[in-house]
Amino acid sequence: MSALNRVFRGRGLQIYTWLVIAWLVVPIAVMILFGFNDTKGRYNTTFQGFTLKWYGKLFEIGDLTEALVNSLLIAVLTMLIAGVLGSLIGLALGRYRFRGSGAMNIVMFAAISCAEIVMGASLLSLFVTLAVPLGFWTIVISHVMFSISFVAITVRARVMTLDASLEEAARDLGAGTWTTFRLVTLPMIFPGVLAGSMLAFALSIDDFVITNFNAGGTVTFPLWIWGSTRVGIPPQVNVMGTLIFAAGLLIALGNVLIARRRR
Amino acid sequence: MTEIQAGVGAADTAAPGQVPAIELDEVVKEYVSHGEVVQAVKGVSMTIDEGEFFSLLGPSGCGKTTSMRMIAGFEEPTRGVVRLHGQDVTNVPPNKRDVNMVFQSYALFPHMSVWDNVAFGLKRKKVPDAEVRRRVGEMLEIVDLVGREKRRPREMSGGQQQRVALARALVNRPRALLLDEPLGALDLKLRQHMQIELKRIQREVGITFVYVTHDQSEALTMSDRIAVMNDGLVEQLAGPREIYERPATKFVAGFIGTSNLLSGVVSSVNGSCAVLALGPADRVVVPIKGSAAEGDTVELTVRPEKIIISTEKPDGDLSMVEGTVSEVVYLGTSNSYAVALAGGTEITVFQQNAHDSTTTAERGDTVWLSWQPQHSYALQ
Repeated sequence: MSALNRVFRGRGLQIYTWLVIAWLVVPIAVMILFGFNDTKGRYNTTFQGFTLKWYGKLFEIGDLTEALVNSLLIAVLTMLIAGVLGSLIGLALGRYRFRGSGAMNIVMFAAISCAEIVMGASLLSLFVTLAVPLGFWTIVISHVMFSISFVAITVRARVMTLDASLEEAARDLGAGTWTTFRLVTLPMIFPGVLAGSMLAFALSIDDFVITNFNAGGTVTFPLWIWGSTRVGIPPQVNVMGTLIFAAGLLIALGNVLIARRRR
Repeated sequence: MTEIQAGVGAADTAAPGQVPAIELDEVVKEYVSHGEVVQAVKGVSMTIDEGEFFSLLGPSGCGKTTSMRMIAGFEEPTRGVVRLHGQDVTNVPPNKRDVNMVFQSYALFPHMSVWDNVAFGLKRKKVPDAEVRRRVGEMLEIVDLVGREKRRPREMSGGQQQRVALARALVNRPRALLLDEPLGALDLKLRQHMQIELKRIQREVGITFVYVTHDQSEALTMSDRIAVMNDGLVEQLAGPREIYERPATKFVAGFIGTSNLLSGVVSSVNGSCAVLALGPADRVVVPIKGSAAEGDTVELTVRPEKIIISTEKPDGDLSMVEGTVSEVVYLGTSNSYAVALAGGTEITVFQQNAHDSTTTAERGDTVWLSWQPQHSYALQ
């Protein structure tokens, strides 16, 4: 025990920490690196020299650009719809006990734990049965459907830490139901709403399994990449991946900065 | 406070021409819990006067907070009427009632500055900006928080948060201020300081205060009148002195301060007093309220500081009992004696350390306990 302690207190812990960081970072670093690869052939798998040309030719593959735009549109719509609906569900579950609230909780967790392949297949049979034409909107519907529980659970957790007397205090000071929600409840649960919505965005933009079942003729970013694996993934995909990653990183950094300034 | 108002259900005893600030008229609150109806408040009537410092005192679960929440409008009574300044507000929502509340947890809005917290109520009432600035400024002065307007609640100490909560409620100039155990979260020193502060602020603003507490010394210190509640009912409603000196029920006697309970059989009735038989040499005379006949059992209460302890049998018309000292505790300013009577009852006696630090009696001594007959009260 003490020997193990000594190892971990000294070099051992440092090495272990860097190994974990490397594990997380290396794949991303490889993706970024191959976006700068001056590849000559069809396959972008060996590094052949540094170039910035893929950044210049980012939108030269029309189908890929269209797929990316589709993915971004779907992700933003999912974020907004699932963000609003999920927050309201989370608020109701966290604040009130009502007939069916227990069942609602179970459904939320069932939706999260359900295998994507099962959800995708059952959504497909639902759309086919109801004769809904597959495409952009069926993707949005399925994305909202699987991400709404994540938003609801995030917001519910936030609501449950809230002192219920805050809302009573607002009412006591003359605020009606809507004013209380706007000035007290929403600002208080907003971190949860934001976290949940961003989770929905992130889940939507890289979803492959469920999308593949319900896309019909619409191609999204992940679907396009999957399709191009057999013929070679162009470096533009790496560049787009890098940009999406950079955007996420900026949001995370901004969050840290705002949190630090509030201290 | 006048003696007449000290009754329960005295809705008609307020001074003529003056409308009481708050009236509860036969108010009942029932909850359904696990399919069973639970009565939190079982029929409470009280009249709270304009400008009064009124306390609702009782153990947890006695219905005091529920009663207050019905005044605030957070709970609707199952039966009965709530009136504010003579107006029936039983079904009026809290945001339309002219009362404000200080919550036990303070419930300050954590995402707003002290200033915005205090200005919240005035802004809801669409008070002009200039007046908001003036009134919030004045109020922060009263609660001694000038210079801290931009702070967030979590950057402040418990005592400061407490005063923000007070300012946020008082700045609206409510017809009554409701305080739900507002000092519960503070430590003893600060609590005692805030008790004095609260009383000062109440005098300064002249607003009716309704104060919920389970702390009897807090209620005694601050209140003009106290309603002692137990199990959803008002046990006694009177001024602090009256409640302490003349507890109406066994519960009040036990809940407020330390009291000794004695019971004995009436051996003779002498005018408005009954003479009880306890031990062979004992003689206890107690004033009685109703009627008592020879042979009835009467329970009475005596406060420990009213009892004189002596080693010799006292003279005169005092009530007296004989017992054996079973414990002597030195408390600094006083000594506390536990004296066992022949029947097994144990009596607590406080004796001031006024003259010297030696005790009158030691453990195992046979002593006489005596008190003025008017210091014992027969209980209902």
